[in-house]
Amino acid sequence: MLFNTEDILETTKMITENNLDVRTITMGISLRDCGHPDMEVTAQKVYDKICQKAEHLVQTGEDLEAELGVPIINKRVSVTPISMVGESCDSNDYVPLAKAMDRAAKTIGVNFIGGFSALVEKGYTKGDRNLIASIPEALDVTDIVCSSVAIGSTKCGINMDAVKQMGEVVKATAARTADRDAIGCAKLVVFCNAVPDNPFMAGAFHGVTEPESVINVGVSGPGVVKHALESVRDGDIGMVAETIKKTAFKITRVGQLVAQEAAHRLNTQFGIIDLSLAPTPAIGDSVAHILEEIGLESCGCPGTTATLAMLNDAVKKGGLMASSYVGGLSGAFIPVSEDAGMIAAVERGCLTMEKLEAMTCVCSVGLDMIAIPGDTSAATISAIIADEAAIGMINNKTTAVRVIPVPGKGVGDTVEFGGLLGYAPIIPVNTYKADKFISRGGRIPAPVRSLTN
Amino acid sequence: MRVVLTIVGKDKVGIIAKVSKALAEGNINIININQNIMQGFFNMVLVADMSEANLTLKEAQEKFAVLGEEIGVEIRIQSEQIFTAMHRI
Repeated sequence: MLFNTEDILETTKMITENNLDVRTITMGISLRDCGHPDMEVTAQKVYDKICQKAEHLVQTGEDLEAELGVPIINKRVSVTPISMVGESCDSNDYVPLAKAMDRAAKTIGVNFIGGFSALVEKGYTKGDRNLIASIPEALDVTDIVCSSVAIGSTKCGINMDAVKQMGEVVKATAARTADRDAIGCAKLVVFCNAVPDNPFMAGAFHGVTEPESVINVGVSGPGVVKHALESVRDGDIGMVAETIKKTAFKITRVGQLVAQEAAHRLNTQFGIIDLSLAPTPAIGDSVAHILEEIGLESCGCPGTTATLAMLNDAVKKGGLMASSYVGGLSGAFIPVSEDAGMIAAVERGCLTMEKLEAMTCVCSVGLDMIAIPGDTSAATISAIIADEAAIGMINNKTTAVRVIPVPGKGVGDTVEFGGLLGYAPIIPVNTYKADKFISRGGRIPAPVRSLTN
Repeated sequence: MRVVLTIVGKDKVGIIAKVSKALAEGNINIININQNIMQGFFNMVLVADMSEANLTLKEAQEKFAVLGEEIGVEIRIQSEQIFTAMHRI
């Protein structure tokens, strides 16, 4: 098959100049057969199974990267929520399982492993309690293990006991990793409507509905979208949406190719493509800059929510036809510390916590990678989690909270996480209290829209 | 396997000659060449067949990266698949 020169050069330019990449190949691995009454045996089984299933993951990713000429930034693993794997153990301490995950991930050479997780939308089992209690230490003593807890869903309502507890867990994790600017909290997500096939960290886990192993791929390309929009500066908003759609289609086709090839070579199943625009702190790889290209003076100003809604929708429409299986989170991410434009908007005082919350109503996930003052109380963090979960529950979408209360730091300070996690100015949090509401506990009943049958 | 070479850089005499000589040494068969000069820049897209080649794709990428540096242009070799995926439904 022969190509137009323009087509070929467009593709190479996307890669060389506009940061087109495949953000992650994530292998989901079921650990449901690893449970054992003895914790040491369980940990060994966890280690062995991850190493065996994902032995060739990194090499395959690197081979594809070389052959296709497109960077594949991350190779990762997600596993069955560890609350279920550890449930049959006699021990209440699940830290050894986190250590086994960490060791296995380092042996096979991936950069993150997700699934130190519990799903407690409606209540706790014994394993859920043990896991959540183990989170602060697990995130302290491991390097690349990611943790997530699902505390609500449209079908179940919101578990307010878990909301209360997760505020405390976030604080405890910050305290344990205080010497590293609370890096532990950057690896901990609290979800409403968690998805079982998300390839992105820190929220990836291998859901109970998933097969033995699976390949999920997250594409990226904020820089490519921004570049495409530079050519329609005089067009109306319909033309902008159309341009985003076409670009998302092309980006997703690359992801689809990588996912199919990777699954084939690793002799496993292709799961889904996650159609997300995932920014990085690199210049030219920002979702905020796309919004500004469309016509905002600064991300966070009035008009931000509408622009983001249009962007998010257009990305999905373009990506849908490009892939045979779409899933995961699929939407524009707005992690503050990982997006140069978001960081700048916070620094100039234009992007606030409240505006970010509004933006999460129309985009992919939630309050993501936001550094908040270290003296923010556990109850206030719980209240932030409750607000975010309510948005997810009522709007039938995934929402999440990944905030970092940095010990000893306040508004005006900056925190540096390094690498893909970026850096962030501390953002002010409303200081009026919701302590009474949070201390009530119990469950918010499932909303009327859950009754769809 | 079919690959696409893209060669971009400042125009000068003998780029095609040097590239095609190196391809012949590797027993890589040229299927199609498209070349033009845009704003003083040399742009070439070359589709080639590597099924009889005496070196792997990785070796070819390294060899042509070195050649590109010698000539003063950027040479990329990618599997045809990525272009098919992006531009053909």
